[in-house]
Amino acid sequence: MSDNKIIENIVNKEYTAGFESKVESDFFPSGINEDIIRLISNIKNEPDFLLNFRLNAYKKWITMKEPSWGNVNYNKINYNDIIYYSSPKVKKNVSSLEDVDPEILKTYEKLGIPLQEQKRLSGVAVDAVFDSVSVITTFKDDLLKYGIIFCSFTEAVSKYPDLIKKYIGKVVPYSDNYFSALNSSVFSDGSFCYIPKDVVCPVDLSTYFRINASRVGQFERTLIIADKNSSVTYLEGCTAPIRDENQLHAAVVEIVAHDNAKVKYSTVQNWYPGNKDGIGGIYNFVTKRGICLGKYSKIVWNQVEVGSAITWKYPSIILKGDNSIGEFYSISVTNNYQQADTGTKMIHVGKNTSSVIISKSISAGHSKSTYRGMVLVLSKAKNIKNYTKCDSLLFGNNSSTYTFPIIRAMNSSSNIEHEAVTSKISEDQLFYCLQRGLDEESSVCIIVNGFCKQVISELPMEFLMEAQRLLDLSLEGAIG
Amino acid sequence: MEKLLHISDLTVYIGNKRILNNFNLNIDYGETHVIMGPNGTGKSTLAKILAGDIKGLTISGKIFFEGFDIMLLKPEELALKGVFLAFQHPVVIPGLTNIQFFRSFINSKRKYENLDPVDIIEFTIEVKELMKKLKLKDEFLYRSVNDGFSGGEKKKNEVLQMLLLKPKFTILDEIDSGLDIDSLKLIAENIISLFDKNNSRLIITHYNRILDYMDVDYVHILNNGSIVKTGRKDLIIEIEKMGYENIK
Repeated sequence: MSDNKIIENIVNKEYTAGFESKVESDFFPSGINEDIIRLISNIKNEPDFLLNFRLNAYKKWITMKEPSWGNVNYNKINYNDIIYYSSPKVKKNVSSLEDVDPEILKTYEKLGIPLQEQKRLSGVAVDAVFDSVSVITTFKDDLLKYGIIFCSFTEAVSKYPDLIKKYIGKVVPYSDNYFSALNSSVFSDGSFCYIPKDVVCPVDLSTYFRINASRVGQFERTLIIADKNSSVTYLEGCTAPIRDENQLHAAVVEIVAHDNAKVKYSTVQNWYPGNKDGIGGIYNFVTKRGICLGKYSKIVWNQVEVGSAITWKYPSIILKGDNSIGEFYSISVTNNYQQADTGTKMIHVGKNTSSVIISKSISAGHSKSTYRGMVLVLSKAKNIKNYTKCDSLLFGNNSSTYTFPIIRAMNSSSNIEHEAVTSKISEDQLFYCLQRGLDEESSVCIIVNGFCKQVISELPMEFLMEAQRLLDLSLEGAIG
Repeated sequence: MEKLLHISDLTVYIGNKRILNNFNLNIDYGETHVIMGPNGTGKSTLAKILAGDIKGLTISGKIFFEGFDIMLLKPEELALKGVFLAFQHPVVIPGLTNIQFFRSFINSKRKYENLDPVDIIEFTIEVKELMKKLKLKDEFLYRSVNDGFSGGEKKKNEVLQMLLLKPKFTILDEIDSGLDIDSLKLIAENIISLFDKNNSRLIITHYNRILDYMDVDYVHILNNGSIVKTGRKDLIIEIEKMGYENIK
């Protein structure tokens, strides 16, 4: 039997989020320049500090070169072909669902994203970002009763400018890299979240990113601040219509955790991956970073990456507070001509800090998957611990996988462990399952499920089902 | 009535190397057969073929299981029809717990029989009862399939799966190797517990140890790819005295 064929059947399922919604939108002309940036800033009535932030970022960006070190190949992006702002025509100050374009509501309904608020605060609060703008944020008022601020980035800029001024660009400076500079110039919206001291957020918060219009690039920012002794679980999902063109998504996510605060950020990334010949698909060039600023704070990144033509992202954690903890759990599935270059950086600054990195990649078809990770231990970071495990599973003979781990320890008291295994599903494993009466597809599923177990078990319940569905690891019979 | 298993003139090559040569064997319902022979005489190849793994082999001859040509069936179809192979070297499946694995294959079997999936709780209780018979602790269920198992635990895991599937025809490939006396006895008892007039088994071994604890109907001596002698249990005494090479 050919395991190529089996995985083809499993991974080549239909991309169900590939529809386009007929929504009337306002566009800016394509292209990037100071005028466009001023237009974006102006339409949002931004304070001067933010316009200056954008302009400084743009000045930096035009001096920078698109990075070429990634283990990915693509045709040069023409940044002047991209539309940087596309907003569905909406009434100003949307405060309830009745004000939202029914077509947009239908879109989220089709995607299975709950925007209806129940009478009681339950489930997941959603900030829905559609092309360049946030169209609605649910449970905003209920959360405010707890002192929790959860709203679109634009709203946060107008209502809480001091918080924005204090934190924006502090974890990911605009000058950090080419795409963070680009994002910092033209970002159009995103989500903002502040959890006050001693508050455990009663529901999971989430942002759902949807690209709808053609030629639009999506550039949004997420900023999450967890004050002392607070905790929050954040979920992120993303999809886009099926198109022959490549669309750019360049986001920035910043997380700040103060003393003893805990933030868990989970992503199920399902951008359109392109067709089986590698035509179309999203370029997902994202900078995500958190800082454990306070002692005993903790940040966890979970990611299930199944979409995008090209993924370039390294959710990282700066462990500044003593005894803080950083964790990164990743599953990345690539098929056909998808390319993923992903991993993490753990930067140990404080004493007794610890980090865990678990990365599982599954590559099929002609796809290419790269783990790129760095564990950096500064000289004052005594007695730190790190455990890294990156495993790869290959299907067929045309997919490839690469591992580039870097470990730099500037003191001698660090305890760093690294394991990496590349394997194929062995004929023996497959035959063992078949001999027990499982068909080929189920056999591959349970073996892959086992392979991903360490990461799947870290996912929040809300995402477990979605992740399982996407990986097509049927829960039926496989989960005890 | 059809034989349970009918093998005639089976000749098998791997490349240019002949593994089995004009091999003939009939197994009827309710019978227990033993194939003995020195290492490298094609015993494990035979076990794999009977379970439907014929990759890389050049095969002539006929094998029928309940009248079905084995060569035309996929391994999973043979399994669902009631063929079970207890592997000599069971593979490790990292991350997949025993109970998940058991549930998956039991539900596959139940689907084949047009039955609803098992109730998780009832099934877990059933498995635990069977585990007691093999002196396995509950935590055994939640370990990854064969991952870090001792030799004895791996063999017990094979027998446990056999008890769960209640196969019509079981092939036990070196089930007795690497076991201490207590485990050997326990495993033999559990194999016997399934004995029935409707099912049969083929025990492949190069020791006679397990036969101290079990009645068998026929003993076949395999050498150089063919059965050189068939007898009852007392044939073992002859082997002990004379060694395989002198039996003609």
